[in-house]
Amino acid sequence: MPLGLHEPDLALHVEDLTVSYQSKPVLWDIDFDIPPGVMAAIVGPNGAGKSTLIKSILGLTPPIAGHVTLFGRPYRVQRKRVGYVPQRSSVDWDFPTTALDVVTMGLYGQLGWLRRPGKAHRQRAREALEQVGMQDYANRQISQLSGGQQQRVFLARALIQQADIYFLDEPMAGVDAPTERAIVEILRGLRDAGKTVIVVHHDLQTVRTYFDWLLILNVRVVAQGPVEEIYTADNLRRAYGGQIALLENTGAGAPVIDATTAPSAQHKAREHSASERNTSEASTERRDTP
Amino acid sequence: MSAYALLTDYTVQNVILGALMLGLVSGMLGSFAVLRKQSLLGDALSHAALPGICLGFLVAGARELGAIMLGALFAGAAAALLVLALTRYSRLKTDAALGIVLSTFFALGVVLLTYIQGTNNAAQGGLDAFLFGQAAATLRSDLVIMAGVTLLSLLLVIGLWKEFKLVCFDPGFARALGMPVLALEVTLTVMIALAVVVGLQIVGVVLMAAMVIAPAVAARQWCRRLETMVPLAALFGIVSGVSGALISTLGRGLATGPLIVISVSLIVIASLLFAPRRGLLWALVQRSRQRRRLRHQQLLTTLYRLAERHGDRDFQSEQGLLDSYHRTRTRAALSRLEKRGFVESRRQPPQNALHWTLTGAGHDEAARILDSFNARGD
Repeated sequence: MPLGLHEPDLALHVEDLTVSYQSKPVLWDIDFDIPPGVMAAIVGPNGAGKSTLIKSILGLTPPIAGHVTLFGRPYRVQRKRVGYVPQRSSVDWDFPTTALDVVTMGLYGQLGWLRRPGKAHRQRAREALEQVGMQDYANRQISQLSGGQQQRVFLARALIQQADIYFLDEPMAGVDAPTERAIVEILRGLRDAGKTVIVVHHDLQTVRTYFDWLLILNVRVVAQGPVEEIYTADNLRRAYGGQIALLENTGAGAPVIDATTAPSAQHKAREHSASERNTSEASTERRDTP
Repeated sequence: MSAYALLTDYTVQNVILGALMLGLVSGMLGSFAVLRKQSLLGDALSHAALPGICLGFLVAGARELGAIMLGALFAGAAAALLVLALTRYSRLKTDAALGIVLSTFFALGVVLLTYIQGTNNAAQGGLDAFLFGQAAATLRSDLVIMAGVTLLSLLLVIGLWKEFKLVCFDPGFARALGMPVLALEVTLTVMIALAVVVGLQIVGVVLMAAMVIAPAVAARQWCRRLETMVPLAALFGIVSGVSGALISTLGRGLATGPLIVISVSLIVIASLLFAPRRGLLWALVQRSRQRRRLRHQQLLTTLYRLAERHGDRDFQSEQGLLDSYHRTRTRAALSRLEKRGFVESRRQPPQNALHWTLTGAGHDEAARILDSFNARGD
């Protein structure tokens, strides 16, 4: 597919992106596009560079090469159109602050220097909490929230940014089933409102039900496009190799993944920035792939 | 000396004012250091200040506080930036980087100090006072410098409140929002270096770290929000600074710096023990309450099941049987349950042994407990 340098019609356009820690490449020559108004999943085995991809798009991890545009312009100038949900384990949830406070942080970028959030801002934060079903926990200290509730608070903080494109890093990792359903509902609502939603996702079994666009990543781009075209046994095997067992479905086109070997939410030792701030709670939910 | 004479004494006034400002600044800025998991930064900074003090002395050629503070500030800031750089660009973790930088700088400082003492320079008198501080030597001109630092850090913390807060809580998100995270981190670090330098005169190189860490740690125990934690840490700093200074005036040979540190340590100990929710005492009480509740629930369900098994709502279970079933004494717990109206006791022949029966309320409670267990199992 031929690509121009700036693609104003694309929500996200990534070209030749290469990132490395020390000398080892984490992302190699990544080219991909995401059209506006889709709900896209980024999947791949552990160490495929999924989180790094999001971080380098948002300028948190400097790339060696390549460029990124959002709606045709670089991230620097598009910041206010972007909402971001980092991995839940990337912060210390024992920080002395309340759920409402955390959500209000989503407005700090728009507020600018020296201005403080006022009544109107707190009201917006309350509405965002209500959107994720957490209005009753507004004044709760964040350490007293469950993992799922913490994730909802993080989502509310991104919602209050009122962005056009949302990046979420493993929002469904280690949350309870009702929270996962709630998150998916909210993300679908965003997509139906014309927003673009890009999610690092760990659970291959739900990819087809939740998402309509898919990027399969393993340091390089393995495949990208609409889910129904991309979610094939062949593509998954090329990305995951022996890490998953694909039960070939007789007749049906799409492969079924053996639940016992499906990779779970697991983080890479390489991402030391995150692991340094881990709470003990976050580390217990990290399971190793059998 | 009467209390009035004490408070109008020039030296005492200086010491109290100095300790007050030191407590305020270090409590406030220390909160951010502690929350960023950089408690040891104060330690590294203060130890690293020693070579700066000596170099300042060597350059000025005399014990001139301005030169010495400037030297301390430069050495401290250099050490802090070195720690930041090491953690950012090498594989060293913060604790290792702090440890290395701290000891290297301090060793360098001790070498310089002994060198200066060896030169028999008459002007060097009292340079080693910086190791443990010498509050009584605080001058009005020192207070002016301290007031400047205090004002500057107050302005910065108030003006950049939300930026500092977000950088401490979620630096990644802060950067995604476009905040200059590195500049903010450096600002915080340099401010802490300033606070440390300000404190050297009073508390000394060795104990200064306590002034950065302790008020913040104590305040953290009592607060649920940063908006209350930082003022409380400042207050703890002020209280311990002033009380340490006052105690030291009560007798001869009582060193102010260590007394301030002991005061703040007492606040920390009290906070660790007694703070609601986070205190040790609170945790112990919670745990024993929890245990008692579990014991009650176990007893009620045992009685319930026994009654069910025997097909008799008023089945009377013998005390000894319940003890051996639960492998512990149950009498006290059963008496408490009796007071709450869940069980009734009766002496039964042949041995006049104590027997227990569930009341109607007890039946309902036991059924409710079992239901909730079943619901959780789903």
